[in-house]
Amino acid sequence: MSMSKIVRAAACVLLPFILVFGFYIVMHGHLTPGGGFQGGAVIATGFVLLMAAFSYDSITARLSKSSLTGGETLGLLLFIVTAAVALGLGGTFFGNWLANSGAIFGTPVAFGANPGNLNTAGVIPIMNLAVGIEVLGGLSVILLYMLSGVHEEVA
Amino acid sequence: MIDILNGLVLIGLLVSALFIVRCRDLLSAAISFGIFSFLLSLEFYILQAPDVAIAEAGIGAGLTTAIFIVAIRGTTRWEGVRE
Repeated sequence: MSMSKIVRAAACVLLPFILVFGFYIVMHGHLTPGGGFQGGAVIATGFVLLMAAFSYDSITARLSKSSLTGGETLGLLLFIVTAAVALGLGGTFFGNWLANSGAIFGTPVAFGANPGNLNTAGVIPIMNLAVGIEVLGGLSVILLYMLSGVHEEVA
Repeated sequence: MIDILNGLVLIGLLVSALFIVRCRDLLSAAISFGIFSFLLSLEFYILQAPDVAIAEAGIGAGLTTAIFIVAIRGTTRWEGVRE
């Protein structure tokens, strides 16, 4: 059971903009307001819009519960591995082993007032990304399970 | 200027909250709840908490409204009607 054609078309038009905005919030988490949780919630809103507009069968044909829970697990693993690598490199747990290293996200921060460089802050953007994936999977799978219960009720 | 906007947002919050409680059409109440959450996120932004405003707009206006709409899809649309 899906909604009317207007709702489906509006959901399809809005989805890419919501995804781009959510990914922007996740990746600029260390520079601007927002971060992993907020960006992941915005991306999950896009998927939830799709789930509310289309029928359960057409959603599960493209997006399975196991892939969403797998994304949640992947986010948590990325978070804890990033934190644990600092222990292996001789630092403390959750130590920022990438900051000022010259590698990815390793550019030193310029002194004084500046507009902000995306390629700074070390492990913080990686952890923002991990939290974003985790929140996206968690919030989407809640609605997918709820939709499956409604589906059985109707059928 | 910001005080006038603040007052308008607060009045809108009261009106939409009243709609949520009084509406017999549950779909209208769910949409009113979305408007309430949107105005609340605007109020957070006026009070200079943009971080909370993004979370409120994503969770309150987006996810919760969709969850309510899915729940209404599984039950009846009108309050007090039994099938």
